[in-house]
Amino acid sequence: MTEHVLEIRKLHVSVEGKEIIKGLDLVINSGEIHAIMGRNGAGKSTLAHVLMGHPAFEITSGEIYFHGKPLDDYDVFERARAGMFLSFQYPPSIPGVQVGNFLKKSVNNVREENVKARAFRKELNAAMEKLEMDRSFLSRYVNDGFSGGEKKRLEMLQMMLLKPNLALLDETDSGLDIDALRLVAKGINETAESTGVMVITHYQRLLDLVKPTYVHAMIDGKFVKTGGPELALKLEEKGYDWLEA
Amino acid sequence: MSDEAINAVGEYKYGFHDPENATIRFDSGLSEQVVRDISELKGEPEWMTDMRVKAYHHFIERPMPDWGNCNMLESIKFDDVTYFLRSSDKTENNWDDVPEDIKNTFDRLGIPEAEQKWLGGVTAQYESEAVYHSIREDLEEQGVIFLDMDSGLKEHPELVKKFFGTVIPYGDNKFSALNTAVWSGGSFIYVPKGVHVEMPVQAYFRINAKNMGQFERTLIIADEGSSINYVEGCTAPTYSTDSLHSAVVELIAMEGAKIRYSTVQNWSANVYNLVTKRGIAHKNAVVEWVDGNIGSKLTMKYPSVVLKGEGSHAEIISVAYAGEGQHQDAGAKVHHLAPNTTSNILSKSISKNGGRSSYRGLLKVNPKAHGCRSKVVCDALMLDADSRSDTYPTMEVSNSTADLEHEASVSKISGDQLFYLMSRGFSEEEAMGLIVNGFFEPFTRELPMEYAVELNKLLELEMEGAIG
Ligand SMILES: Nc1ncnc2c1ncn2[C@@H]1O[C@H](COP(=O)(O)OP(=O)(O)OP(=O)(O)O)[C@@H](O)[C@H]1O
Ligand SMILES: [Mg+2]
Repeated sequence: MTEHVLEIRKLHVSVEGKEIIKGLDLVINSGEIHAIMGRNGAGKSTLAHVLMGHPAFEITSGEIYFHGKPLDDYDVFERARAGMFLSFQYPPSIPGVQVGNFLKKSVNNVREENVKARAFRKELNAAMEKLEMDRSFLSRYVNDGFSGGEKKRLEMLQMMLLKPNLALLDETDSGLDIDALRLVAKGINETAESTGVMVITHYQRLLDLVKPTYVHAMIDGKFVKTGGPELALKLEEKGYDWLEA
Repeated sequence: MSDEAINAVGEYKYGFHDPENATIRFDSGLSEQVVRDISELKGEPEWMTDMRVKAYHHFIERPMPDWGNCNMLESIKFDDVTYFLRSSDKTENNWDDVPEDIKNTFDRLGIPEAEQKWLGGVTAQYESEAVYHSIREDLEEQGVIFLDMDSGLKEHPELVKKFFGTVIPYGDNKFSALNTAVWSGGSFIYVPKGVHVEMPVQAYFRINAKNMGQFERTLIIADEGSSINYVEGCTAPTYSTDSLHSAVVELIAMEGAKIRYSTVQNWSANVYNLVTKRGIAHKNAVVEWVDGNIGSKLTMKYPSVVLKGEGSHAEIISVAYAGEGQHQDAGAKVHHLAPNTTSNILSKSISKNGGRSSYRGLLKVNPKAHGCRSKVVCDALMLDADSRSDTYPTMEVSNSTADLEHEASVSKISGDQLFYLMSRGFSEEEAMGLIVNGFFEPFTRELPMEYAVELNKLLELEMEGAIG
């Protein structure tokens, strides 16, 4: 039996005493794209944050395995070093820290080696070209004064450089213009070849470009329906009410 | 927080000390005789001896400041301080001639290496006097004078007499009086008209002996249209008893001149650092203080600029880091005396492990100073709930045309920032270090690159064991 990248069993999660995730199961294998759709407040970001290890959320019951090992064994930065990546719905700014420096350090962290400056620059240039990002980004401060779309592009740039084996993309498509959406979708598709991907999205327009293996409809902290790409189309047409009936 | 973590934070990598091989060491304690002895030993002109003695009496009579950290000030034991200690009979201009122990210390601090690579001149002071001094030939040929203050007084008595104590008279405050009474060492610089000293010149101050008092005196004169960039660094061994560092720095920027004075103060946590720094800017001149306070037990220092000439400009960027048992009482003062003068003040402070940082600022605008502009920004970052940060801004504005801005903020490191960085593979401590470096970045980017790198490393070191 091959090892799953991610395996979630009967997960319950609370924040400040309030239960948000209420019994959730999910298995992600390498090469699969899982789209998660659901109303505002359904618990999608919570799921992504719990997986990455945000300290505000408490797992009250259930199990999570990352590459077959209990996820509890990993601290946040160890998850990153083991290949987990979260593209934030709302990336915070880090004033005074230049993007170029931050990227180099992140890559060193995750690869656990000091990547040679020249090799890194080559990789960086290639990735920035793919995302059609201007070089001037490198001397700006991380997310500081970035537009919504610029933040999302920087998240994607990080994904391309960090080469995760599990990518959790939380509304990466929100705020992107049409051209940027295409570039980002291309980046996701390339990454997905050898990675387990979770895309949280509200829009079919992304799923037209990134073809999901599975679509999960989330209501009130649970997946109430799982299907193929056709489920997303149905949700787009009908909304979520019919699932509650 | 665990003891282990606290110990790790307390690690101070410059805390080593050498054996004390003094050639002359005065008994501890201060008296008029000590003051006269210092002056006689140095073979000074009478006017200097007189000034020292007057300053001494002023120091004795003047009460301690009743502001700042009074408890800490009152705990200074002036009688235990050694006011003069000579560790080498000569100031050398070749490192090989500097006594071995002392040379090793400066090697460990990386000074000779930095000198070769990127400095225009170096003075290295050990205890009371400069043990090494040199200036690049090309600067000397252009008429630049860069000497330790004692040699400056010997070789250029008229120039020194004309300017010494004109920016900061001994009566300015208790500690300027003390410095004037017992000063020794420091730098004397004169940059001739129109000469630009492109490579920074550096002074390094090292206290080695226990209970030492270091009282260097620096005077920099930039003549019309000239410029100079001066950098100062300082460290001391970690002792259980306290040392006293009380310097006076006077800057004079003539018409159209520019002086930048950068400091990275990294005294060990047993040093009282009570320093008076002031510059005068004549017409269209610029005086810049780039002032970093990382170490010491108590620092009280408010770099000042007197904008005397029309169109002159002051720039004061300071950062302070207050860790366990430390109080950084720092800030800035600007006096707008002339029309169309401008000033920018940026102060950033970090408090951690119960440390305390205060910003104390004064902004004065004279009635005749029309069309002045000033911007003051104070940002404080608190790393835990035990630490403290205060702001004491004072504004005395007597001209209604002044355009003044003041912004202040106190922030904490946000959990979201930490989580974001940790999700990029930074440990919690590394993430803190990065955020702290980022917070100080507006300061660090003003430093020569080598200093900036060193400072960042220093701060990262300070963050180790920060998480308990
Ligand atoms: N730190 C927190 N403290 C209190 N409540 C929280 C916290 N984080 C999330 N919640 C609550 O948990 C619920 C789920 O939030 P979550 O961010 O997971 O929603 P979402 O599905 O991502 O929604 P959206 O589509 O709007 O991004 C919401 O009711 C939210 O207010
Ligand atoms: Mg969300």
